[in-house]
Amino acid sequence: MTEVTFRLWRGDKSGGEFKDYQTDVTEGMVVLDAIHQVQAESAGDLAVRWNCKAGKCGSCSAEINGNPRLMCMTRCSDIPLDEPVTVQPMKAFPVIRDLVSDVSWNYEVKQRIKPFKPRKPDNADGTWTVHQEDIDRVQEFRKCIECFLCQDVCHVLREHSKHDEFIGPRYFVYTAALEMHPLDTEDRLPEVKEAYGVGYCNITKCCTVVCPEHITITDNAIIPIKERVVDRFYDPLKRLFRKLFAKS
Amino acid sequence: MVEFKTHEHDVLVIGAGGAGLRAAIEASAQGVTVGLVCKSLLGKAHTVMAEGGMAASLANVDSRDNWQVHFADTMRGGQYVNHWRMAQLHAQEAPVCVNELESWGAVFDRTKDGRILQRNFGGHRYPRLAHVGDRTGLEMIRTLQDHGVHQGIDVHHECTIIRLFKDGERTVAALGYDREKGRFRLFRAGAIVIATGGIGRAFQVTSNSWEYTGDGHTLAYDSGAELIDMEYVQFHPTGMVWPPSVRGILVTEGVRGEGGVLRNSEGKRFMFDDIPDNYKAQTASDPEEGWRYTQGDKDARRPPELLTRDHVARCIMNEVKAGRGSPHGGVYLDIAWIKEKLKDAEQRIKKKLPSMYHQFKELAGIDITKEAMEVGPTTHYVMGGIRVDPDTQQSSVPGLFAAGECAAGLHGANRLGGNSLSDLLVFGKRAGEYAAKFAKENSGGKVADAEIQDAITEALSSLERQETGGENPYEIQFALQKDMQALVGIVRKQDEMDNAIDIVDGYRKRAQKVAVHGSREYNPGWHTAMDLHNLLTVSEAIARSAGSRPESRGGHFREDFPDKDEKFGKLTTVVNKGSDGSMQLRHDPVAQWPDELQTIIDENQK
Repeated sequence: MTEVTFRLWRGDKSGGEFKDYQTDVTEGMVVLDAIHQVQAESAGDLAVRWNCKAGKCGSCSAEINGNPRLMCMTRCSDIPLDEPVTVQPMKAFPVIRDLVSDVSWNYEVKQRIKPFKPRKPDNADGTWTVHQEDIDRVQEFRKCIECFLCQDVCHVLREHSKHDEFIGPRYFVYTAALEMHPLDTEDRLPEVKEAYGVGYCNITKCCTVVCPEHITITDNAIIPIKERVVDRFYDPLKRLFRKLFAKS
Repeated sequence: MVEFKTHEHDVLVIGAGGAGLRAAIEASAQGVTVGLVCKSLLGKAHTVMAEGGMAASLANVDSRDNWQVHFADTMRGGQYVNHWRMAQLHAQEAPVCVNELESWGAVFDRTKDGRILQRNFGGHRYPRLAHVGDRTGLEMIRTLQDHGVHQGIDVHHECTIIRLFKDGERTVAALGYDREKGRFRLFRAGAIVIATGGIGRAFQVTSNSWEYTGDGHTLAYDSGAELIDMEYVQFHPTGMVWPPSVRGILVTEGVRGEGGVLRNSEGKRFMFDDIPDNYKAQTASDPEEGWRYTQGDKDARRPPELLTRDHVARCIMNEVKAGRGSPHGGVYLDIAWIKEKLKDAEQRIKKKLPSMYHQFKELAGIDITKEAMEVGPTTHYVMGGIRVDPDTQQSSVPGLFAAGECAAGLHGANRLGGNSLSDLLVFGKRAGEYAAKFAKENSGGKVADAEIQDAITEALSSLERQETGGENPYEIQFALQKDMQALVGIVRKQDEMDNAIDIVDGYRKRAQKVAVHGSREYNPGWHTAMDLHNLLTVSEAIARSAGSRPESRGGHFREDFPDKDEKFGKLTTVVNKGSDGSMQLRHDPVAQWPDELQTIIDENQK
């Protein structure tokens, strides 16, 4: 058992500051346990968002010593405890209070993406025939727990605040899952190029690094989406074809 | 007078897990306006944690499966105190609901011939669980969420309902607060569906998230609805036990479905030593047969690790009590051993149980492809809840419906793994359909302002006391959880349960003096203070119901009455709020099923 200082950001959108809290860290504890302990011992009104405490719901995203992490999956033994542990809300979104961010923008973005539209069923009983090898990639994308850490770390949102022009890594993964879904018939590539702003991503892979579900966001989702856009809109032969046969 | 904002919907759904989302989608499809209240953000509800799969007799893996076998399995697992009609509807309608999920974009694991793959699970005769690795709940909630947000449903994120209002006998409105600012909101509705999940937070060791404080159970109870079967709490046999901070987190039954075995500290597979009579004919006679079953051999019978959850949990407790437990008070669950049988064991484990691999690696520093896990029972599910009409899901209060874990009847004394996710879909859909129908026929109820202000005053009382001081809400919550675990937990005795009733009463008095610091804005201390009333109500219901059943059945196990009693097997425990505000208890006869269903049960006994 060690007494550790947690330097927690307290405040709301009008401003705030870091405050120090001491609490005992015991074997196996994760950062979220320490936050709860502080809450029960000395800061009853400390705001923190969490649900499952098992890395499955993606609610407790925050920045621990500056790194975007899930508080419930960060073991205290994996961070230096001889100096204060700082915990603050995600920087890419407005703060609500203390460690809680306003992530409503993400829900608005998802609403704008055209939903799943399946082809007609393959079989008389209304079912489809789909093979495992055709869905392995999509299943990787569907592991996403919507913790929005990839959005938080992405410099297009974090540093440049392009929230109006760029949907962020989470929603390229979402779009890729729909576009690569073997049953889907919708076309989202025009939006990917324009409204979703895929061109802003310059493949620094920060999103892949922070993903707690280990989804290879950049290589498996964003790059293939970029390639589809290039194929469709920038292939010189296809452009010529479109020009010649465009509907007048 | 404290201000509040008013919202109007034809149907209001409280709770946005699988059942609530499915109800909202259905109600919306019926052409009424729908409001969906989520205690957390949309898509974060407890359904997300479901792992193993959803049970439906698609018969994709074993063509002998059909709804009749599923029905018989559900009734046997529930020890025949289930509501037969719910078990029948559930078995009949689950396959359609699973296929529907696929048409909304769910991506299930596949069979070799391209159909939805199904896996083995405890108490299910054939491989029956449609699944996605061990994250089926996530797939389900995300599919419903992504489909639902395009159906014109109004979603109220991070909003908690604290009181229901009636106009005469009929439910007409609900009062809640939003977490962000602590503002009060009144939701007027023609019909209300409660889909708030369970009560796990009444216990110390639980797989449930913080939201599971029995809100819906209590809202309905306070509104005059009956609760039944509250003594039946499911302790899942395999939760993590070490390190302490993760104690209770679920380890999916899928581990055993994929060939995982339970061993004690002597290395013995103890589950072969105690097989209940009514499962003997279906259980493997040796480890080799059990292994063949998990690998899809249709002539083999299932290993005893896949007996029902109530039984497996008690066998684990017995090993620990007899001094044959693991160092931290559990037993060993070993999936790594399959490398003796399979060349690609490590890849197979990571593919079929990815989140288990991840969970143990990151939280306990254990590689499950190489070492055994330490596991022990954890509070997982409540079979009891709001009594509903099996077809419409309407409670005993007109206009008030319930679906999912907070409703009761389907699972009887013990729920089979995999029957929960299908429950959410089948009865969520039904609740949405009938709530919409009710709302079309009824609207425009009145609520007295004084009633609303009274509820608000009560909600604010803990904040008002911050100057004068009072009890710490977290302390009362922790103490209650500890006592419920010790006194009304997995093994029960009369004097302990009687004691628990008195203790709960004491906590209730203390809860009335709770003081909370800070403002109404995103203040978890305040939220905890308000949840206490719900936790105390369901704790009392569990303790009283359990104390009234002098026999052991399913999730309810009594050290002083270790056997089943046929007389009590024909009775359902009912609690409701009396006119003086105290909890009333009675026993009603279990609804008797028609002869043709008895024939199905008999045929499947073999």
